[in-house]
Amino acid sequence: MSALPAVLTLAQVDTGDTAWMLAATALVLMMTIALGLFYAGLVRAKNTLNTFMMCVAAIGIAGVTWALLGYSLAFDGEGALIGGLGHVGLSGVGFEPRGEGTIPHLLFMAFQGTFCIITVALIAGAVVERMRFGAFMVFAALWSVLVYAVLAHWAFGGGWLAEQGTLDFAGGVPVEMGSGFSALAAALVVGARKDYGRQALLPHNAVYVLVGAGLLWFGWFGFNGGSGLGANDASVLAFVNTLLTPACALITWFVLDLIRGRKVTAIGAATAIIVGCVLITPAGGFISPGWAMVLGFLGALPCYAMIVWRPRTRVDETLDVLAAHGVAGFTGILFLGLVAQIGWNGVADGLFYGDAGQFWSQALAAVVTPAYAFIVTFILLKLVGAVMPLRASEHDEAVGMDVVYHGEEAYVTGEGAILVMPEDDRELLVADPR
Amino acid sequence: LKLVIGIVRPEKANDVLEALYRAEVRGVSLSRVEGHGGELERVETYRGTTVKMGLSDKVRFEVAVSDEFVQTTVEALCDGARTGEVGDGKIFVLPLDQAVRIRTGESDEAAVTPVAKR
Repeated sequence: MSALPAVLTLAQVDTGDTAWMLAATALVLMMTIALGLFYAGLVRAKNTLNTFMMCVAAIGIAGVTWALLGYSLAFDGEGALIGGLGHVGLSGVGFEPRGEGTIPHLLFMAFQGTFCIITVALIAGAVVERMRFGAFMVFAALWSVLVYAVLAHWAFGGGWLAEQGTLDFAGGVPVEMGSGFSALAAALVVGARKDYGRQALLPHNAVYVLVGAGLLWFGWFGFNGGSGLGANDASVLAFVNTLLTPACALITWFVLDLIRGRKVTAIGAATAIIVGCVLITPAGGFISPGWAMVLGFLGALPCYAMIVWRPRTRVDETLDVLAAHGVAGFTGILFLGLVAQIGWNGVADGLFYGDAGQFWSQALAAVVTPAYAFIVTFILLKLVGAVMPLRASEHDEAVGMDVVYHGEEAYVTGEGAILVMPEDDRELLVADPR
Repeated sequence: LKLVIGIVRPEKANDVLEALYRAEVRGVSLSRVEGHGGELERVETYRGTTVKMGLSDKVRFEVAVSDEFVQTTVEALCDGARTGEVGDGKIFVLPLDQAVRIRTGESDEAAVTPVAKR
C-alpha cells in the first residue's frame, strides 16, 4: 500500500466498482444464514434451532463488535501486529475511498464486516449440541476482536504477514485457517458431546445440508469475487475460479466416496462444495483457471482424509470445521505459493514460475496463523470457562438445546399445547424450572 | 405369551435397545408417540404466543415374549430407560392371545424372539 501517488491523484469512487461491491457484501452476509442451514441439517433434530441460532447470533454480535472496535484494530494504520484505534465506532469512515480504493470506505468496512461475521459463525460448528448459548455469545464477542481482527490485520490491513509478502486473496488466513484451528481448540476445551463415540449421532436433514452448501457456494461468488474490491480483472479471475475449483473438488469427492463405500453420498457432495470454495479462497485472484482446477482435484484429498480420520479420534470437532476450513485453507495458501503467475495476477510468481521466496512467505503464514488461532482460542475459552459454565448439563443435552435455550422446537405440531393467557405469566415464571 | 409395552424417553431409546440386545431379546418394534406422565410442562413462545407443552415426545417399545422372558425384558427396559427424573415412562405387561411369524407360519412361543428354552 504505497501512499505516495495517492497524495497527488486523489482516489475516486468508481460507480461500477461500488455497484458490484454492494451486491457482493449482501452475498457474503447471506452466507452466514446459508451456513446456519448447512449446520442445522448436520445436527440432530432437537438441536436444529440452536445450531442455526449460533450463526444468527454471530451476525448480531460480530456485526456490532466489528463496527465498534474490530474494524479499527484490523484496518486502521499499518502497525505490524495490530491496527490502531482511529476508526473506533466507525469514526473517520465515510464516503471517501480508503487509501487507493475505488469504493466508499463505509462499503469497504461493511464488506470486511461480513467476513468477520461468517468466521465467528463457522467456529460454532465445533461446539454445537452441547455448548451453552450464552457462553457461546460471550466467546463470539471476544473472539471476533482478539483473533479475527488481529489475523485480518496481519493479512489484509497492512500487518506483518502482508508486509513480508504473504498473499491471501479472500481470507485463507483470517477466515479459513483462523476458524479451522480455533474450532479445534474450542472442541478440545468444551469437550465431546456426552454420547459421542457411544452412539451414532447422525445428521437429521441431508436436504438442508445440500441447500445450505449450494447457497454458500452462491454467496462465495461475492466473497471471492468481491475480494478484488471492485469489478476488475482480479475479481473476474476469482469469480471464475470459484466456479471451477469446487466443481473439481466434487469430482474428487465422488471418486473417493466410490472407492471407500461404493456409493456417492449427498452429504459428501455438500462437503466437497465447501472444501472447494475454501481451497480457492486464498488463491482466487492469483492463480490461473487451469491451476484452480488442479487445486480442486488435489486439494480435496487431505480434507477428505481428515474427515475420515477425525471421527475415529476422541476429538468431537463436531461439524469438521478443521477439515473443511482449516486444512483446505492451509492447502490453498500453500498451493498459491507454488503456482501464482504474474501474468494472471500482476503481483507475484510462485515457486513453479521462479519465485521460491513467495512459497516461503506462504508457508510462514500457514504455520503462524494456525498457531495463533489455536493458542489464543484455547486460552480465551479457558478464561470464559472460568467465569461461566461452557457446557449444558447432561440433562439439558439429552432434552436438546432448542427447548432448553430457546423455548422453541424446529418441528412443532401444536398437539397438546395449552395457550397461556397474559395473566398467567406470573405463575409461569415460578413454574418454569429454568 | 405376553406383550411388554415400554414407553420411554426418546433420548434413552438407544440405551433401551442396547439393554434389550444384552438380554438377548431381539424381536422389537418401536414407534414415536407423544404423552403426558406428570412431568413439568415446558413453556415455549412463538412470537406473541406463549404455550405450555402438555405432551412430551416418547418412544414406545413393543416386545412380544414368552412368559419366562417377561421379567428379563422388563428389567432391561427399566435399566435402559431410568434417569430418576419424572418422565422416565411406564411399562405395561399384557396377556397375548397369539403370535405368528409371517415368513414361516410358526406361531406363539416359536414365533417370538428369543424362543423359549425347553
